[in-house]
Amino acid sequence: MAEVEDTLKRIQGYNGVIGSIVVNAEGIPIRTTLDNSTTVQYVGLLHQLTMKARSTIRDIDPQNDLTFLRIRSKKHEIMVAPDKEFLMIVIQSPTE
Amino acid sequence: MPPKRPKSKVIKEKEKKNETPDEGASESAHPEHIFPLVLTSVTQELFGCRADEDVTGENPFKLLRKEDIVQDMKTRAAVSDFSPVKHIVLEYPEDELLLVFDRDFTYGQCFYLVLTVEAKDNMMKSPAQADDDEEPMKDEEEHVMEPKTPESHPWISQGSEQEIEDESLTHARPRLRYKISPLMRHCGAPVCFSDGNDGYVECSSYEDKSFSITRMERDTSIQASRDTTHSSTQTLWKYPKNMCTQYEPREFSPEEKEHHLRSENLKNFITSVAIRFERSLQQNVISDVFCDDWTVLCEDDGVPTGKTETQLKEYQSFMDLHFSREKSISHVHWHPSISGVIAVAMTERLSLEERIDNSTKLLLNPSYILFWSFTDPINPQLQLECPEDVLCFQFCPSDPNIIAGGCINGQVVLWDISAHVERLQDTRSGGDNISNNLDKNDVIPVVRYCAVSGIENGHKAPVTDIQWLPETFELSRFGIPVENSSRVCVQMVTCALDCCVLFWDLRLPRAVSQSLTDVKQKSEEKPPENPHGVPNTFKHLNLTWKPFIRVSLPKIGSTGEYSPLKFSFRDNTVDYITGDKPPQDAEREEVCGFAQLRVPSAKQQKPLENISTKLYVGTEDGELVYTDWKMEKDNDSGRLFSAKPTHQFLAHHTLVNTVSRSPFFKDIILTVGSFGFAIWKEGVMSGPILMSACSKVMCTIGHWSLTRPALFFIGKKDGTIEVWDLLQNTHEPSQTQNISTASITCIRSSSACGKHHLLAVSDRIGTLHILQIPWTLRKSSNNEKKNVRKYFEKEEERLEYFEKRQIKHEKHKKEMEAEQLKKKTEPAVPLKPDEELEAEALKEYEQFLALEKIVLKNMGLLTDTIDQSDL
Repeated sequence: MAEVEDTLKRIQGYNGVIGSIVVNAEGIPIRTTLDNSTTVQYVGLLHQLTMKARSTIRDIDPQNDLTFLRIRSKKHEIMVAPDKEFLMIVIQSPTE
Repeated sequence: MPPKRPKSKVIKEKEKKNETPDEGASESAHPEHIFPLVLTSVTQELFGCRADEDVTGENPFKLLRKEDIVQDMKTRAAVSDFSPVKHIVLEYPEDELLLVFDRDFTYGQCFYLVLTVEAKDNMMKSPAQADDDEEPMKDEEEHVMEPKTPESHPWISQGSEQEIEDESLTHARPRLRYKISPLMRHCGAPVCFSDGNDGYVECSSYEDKSFSITRMERDTSIQASRDTTHSSTQTLWKYPKNMCTQYEPREFSPEEKEHHLRSENLKNFITSVAIRFERSLQQNVISDVFCDDWTVLCEDDGVPTGKTETQLKEYQSFMDLHFSREKSISHVHWHPSISGVIAVAMTERLSLEERIDNSTKLLLNPSYILFWSFTDPINPQLQLECPEDVLCFQFCPSDPNIIAGGCINGQVVLWDISAHVERLQDTRSGGDNISNNLDKNDVIPVVRYCAVSGIENGHKAPVTDIQWLPETFELSRFGIPVENSSRVCVQMVTCALDCCVLFWDLRLPRAVSQSLTDVKQKSEEKPPENPHGVPNTFKHLNLTWKPFIRVSLPKIGSTGEYSPLKFSFRDNTVDYITGDKPPQDAEREEVCGFAQLRVPSAKQQKPLENISTKLYVGTEDGELVYTDWKMEKDNDSGRLFSAKPTHQFLAHHTLVNTVSRSPFFKDIILTVGSFGFAIWKEGVMSGPILMSACSKVMCTIGHWSLTRPALFFIGKKDGTIEVWDLLQNTHEPSQTQNISTASITCIRSSSACGKHHLLAVSDRIGTLHILQIPWTLRKSSNNEKKNVRKYFEKEEERLEYFEKRQIKHEKHKKEMEAEQLKKKTEPAVPLKPDEELEAEALKEYEQFLALEKIVLKNMGLLTDTIDQSDL
């Protein structure tokens, strides 16, 4: 429990990190640093996108699997790490 | 043979006789009532029926007496001709028998005898009838039968209805109805169709020529029917579809979250995933991979090439011959809504002694605030008459027709120019109206002030600064900001050299209004007096106006008070209850005149949080004082008094002539003293974040640029303007430009001037210069605000660092001193002899060699470096 907290705090403490979310496989947030409506929105959208990306990778090569997804936008970068049971999302705005 | 003639007669008779059906067709065989006889001539002579003598064709009949015949028969017996008929004669009922001369031998003999009475009658009649008939036949040919009306007879069936009945179709028996349905268990059961040609013989019809019967007649039935049309419709089956759904996201309860957070799976997941995250995050922190340096290099898009001028170009200058002679301009203000109109306050350039000496002359020449418009550079548009010289004035933000000014005698003045707004707006429209206005231009309208404050209650020294409180909040009697229900600016703040800051309200206080309601009603009935054409907006305040809060500025740490020159408070227009800016125009129209407004009772008002009640005050002695305007109640005396200022900074060594907040950063304040300027950040109490070097020429005024966050202007005593760009140089101005010969008194830039960005600069000789701000000074670059903010933060950090260093220095100094003291007090430590030192050094060296050997052995380099270790 403490390790989890430490790791999450460390990630949150990086320069430019806006928020981080930990979600279970169904898309229900377990732990988040953003407010509820934003969390729900991010989770709902990114969950589907991750599934799609994973199925893309596996369609090309069934032996392969998605490990990390980074989406770079004008304002932020969204990083998603999928797992069998959980999903973690971190949003960072790149420093200039 | 004579029988020819009687034959024809007989034929005719026979034809006639054929009509009667009794004597039908009897031509060949003689009927029963006729017996052919042969009569000898003797007999003929006896009976007198000689042929062709007695009986002729025309008269063939001869009636013979029965007695004669009987006698004859008796006499002659067998020889008599009548012997074959003897029997019949004897039986004959009548006396006379008819003998007919058969001329044509129709019955085989020459005579025949009619045996029956009926026949005799018929024969007797028929010739008569024949004779008679011959005659009417001739008549028929000539005469038409008379028409008879048909008599209705009952229909006598003659067999025709039978044919019709045969033709018509009738039900011989009632119809039989059969309903055939399969057994229920077969319904819906899978059907199995198969070919069934076994035992099936087909007899199809074929055309056989030998039996071709052509129908001559055919029975056809025709039934009339209407036209048939086919039509069909198909209905859309609309199945229910969800129009919209409302849903809620699923959430975990805190216990479930805890449970999940504790699970082993999550721990493993996080530890495995964290590495990837950290790598990516670190990459981003190091550098922005997607940043296109080339495009970022060019920051100013659309900089027109060739426009390299950076100087402020003179656009126009206003100088009035009548009113500006030997006067200086104390304050300049652009009209907030009408573009191209600027208001200027003229004051006398006299010191106090000179004023006293020339007081009579001054009374005759009142001072004015002049309104200049760009369309007319010679004549001002409007003149506002002031009771005394006005040192500062402001347009009301919510109603640009209200102007408040502070006079040199401590009075606060209010003007209402709503009557002349059209004139100001007309002049803006340009050349079309100038010809119309030429007549009007001869007389410049003079607007007298609406209201002045009472001399006893106001300031006792010249009012140096005046500002309106924004319309979002107002202050209660204790200085607590409360919600402003009327949505207009109703309060203002002034400060003067009599060491107090006063808060004024445009509305009548409640206590006064209660007693005056009767008077007010009376006064409303009759038209109020209106001398000098003054509008009645503030009649309720005239000469009785007094402030409701008086904030005094006692000195910290010493007696006396600060004498404020300028002040600045935080402009809290966004701290509204709904969080947005108040609607601009919609609600203001509902507000009635200021005379009807009343100060609401303290209970009704809702205090607003998030509004800062602190002000920065620049004083005459060069200090910047940070104080709170909230009044506190002294428990002992019950009087309200203001709190002591929290901070004061001696920034400049002479009077502070400008305290102004940056329009971009609400907590950055620029203060300008005589020899330099300072930039402060609200909240940073240690000192200014930037302090300029002392300049050779005295600075008189400072002004932030409204478009560029890093730019501000400093006006100097020799009539030059310095443009300072914080992102370029902080030790010197980025450019200087001389505007006039006299010292600059006021700089204002306009925000509502359309395409021109103009800077109004007034000087001490009464000229107002309008300058155009060039592109470079006007256009802010993309990141300017961010850079400036960063700069300020850096400066703040520097200040903090200095403070810390200061503290550290002091600590260090203390420690140093303590140590020195200690050194002095302690006895000196005896020095070790040299041999001992050498022995110690050798021992250490040997220890070092041993360590080296171990290390090399561990590294596996010992074999190679045996030689080296000896070295």
